[in-house]
Amino acid sequence: MANRPMLEIAALEKRFGSNTILKNIDLKVAEGELVFVIGPSGSGKSTMLRCCNRLEEPTSGDIIVDGRNIMQGTSRDLDRMRLQVGMVFQGFHLYPHMSVLKNVTLAQRKALKRTKAEADARAMDMLERVGMEHKADAYPAELSGGQQQRVAIARALALDPKVMLFDEPTSALDPELVGSVLKVMKDLRAKGMTMLVVSHEMGFARETADRVVFMDGGVIVEEGTPEQIFGAPQAERTKAFLSRVSG
Amino acid sequence: MDSLLDQFFNLDVMRQSLPLLLNGLWMTLQLCCAVILLGLVGGLVVALGNMSPRRWVRWPAVVYTDLFRALPPLVLLIFIYSGLPFAGINVSPFTAVVIAFLLNNSSYYAEVYRAGLISVPKGQAEAAKATGLSKAQALIHVILPQAIRNVLPDLLSNTVEVVKLTSLASVISLSELLYSANMARSVTYNASPLVLAALIYLILLWPLVRLVSHFQRRLAA
Repeated sequence: MANRPMLEIAALEKRFGSNTILKNIDLKVAEGELVFVIGPSGSGKSTMLRCCNRLEEPTSGDIIVDGRNIMQGTSRDLDRMRLQVGMVFQGFHLYPHMSVLKNVTLAQRKALKRTKAEADARAMDMLERVGMEHKADAYPAELSGGQQQRVAIARALALDPKVMLFDEPTSALDPELVGSVLKVMKDLRAKGMTMLVVSHEMGFARETADRVVFMDGGVIVEEGTPEQIFGAPQAERTKAFLSRVSG
Repeated sequence: MDSLLDQFFNLDVMRQSLPLLLNGLWMTLQLCCAVILLGLVGGLVVALGNMSPRRWVRWPAVVYTDLFRALPPLVLLIFIYSGLPFAGINVSPFTAVVIAFLLNNSSYYAEVYRAGLISVPKGQAEAAKATGLSKAQALIHVILPQAIRNVLPDLLSNTVEVVKLTSLASVISLSELLYSANMARSVTYNASPLVLAALIYLILLWPLVRLVSHFQRRLAA
């Protein structure tokens, strides 16, 4: 895939005091590409993802989304640039005091200044895409975890992001609900969405990822196609990790 | 027994003093409106200051809440009304009460708000930010509604305290409900107006107290 990079992480560093979480991370995600990040817990993969929309403030380095550096500009600019980077959290984080429809329309109305009719129509489209249009009037507490996560995906998609970040989107779900969320992600990939995914779903990575990145100790140890990483890993740390997770 | 009834539940005296007491009630209600509204708004501002990441905002807010929760409201009131004139600052009784109770109440309301704001999971603010909402928009649409719902019983019960507190204004001769009742007592030489005032406070506050219990039970469930 020789497309232009949609998301570019350059020389990213993150330190908490004397503790270095991320060291010199360079990663490009091309338009329409699905890049999967794996690694042991504490390897810094979630922190890296959270730096991509500055929920975590990088200590140094650049984050470039569709040619624009989100490390530059005012806080207003940052709010606007975050619209282009959708994020899906492990814990869903739907707004419990709002209906599903309002969850999906809030940022459309307030940040994108869409009219109510526009926002509602867009929300219903997105809810249909994730198979949740029948629950538009329900409240988050009435939904299963898998349903909540699909609504959270619709909430992000409704803002027409250029990149979607997934932070362990299925880790908080009961096993029988994981499939419904993965199906939505697969569908997104088929429609050409650019995606950066942190997850432990190795089977899903093998099946759908364009590229797999293995992180450990705050650095990218190895990256390649799923066949390369899962079939013939080069680095010792990758081999050790993969043999551990495959049991 | 008859004399006791006559002293405390004399209907004639009550009827005579009713217009005066209703006047007092009107003043009490005006006071409540001013003090509660200002306290709710001021308390929110102080609470947000209290939680600011900037030290030069946070510290004054912390000192403010500590100071005005520790100072007795009556001391504050008499100082503002009778003390400030020594510095050439003269305020009307109404203004003195509003200022004194604003300082006192907003610091209590601020603590209630703070508990509410802390009770909202961090992920809510992150989700709001990640969807491009500004800090103010996230606060107004996502954080505050949840925070307030979580501490509604405490906000209400604090408001009950504020209403009761307004009776302190009688000390500086503001003709609110208690002051008016006491006036009527001294004129009629009968305690019935005080009993009537107590009844009016009861009618005013009992539904609120009930509501607090109702909310508390619902939140506990």
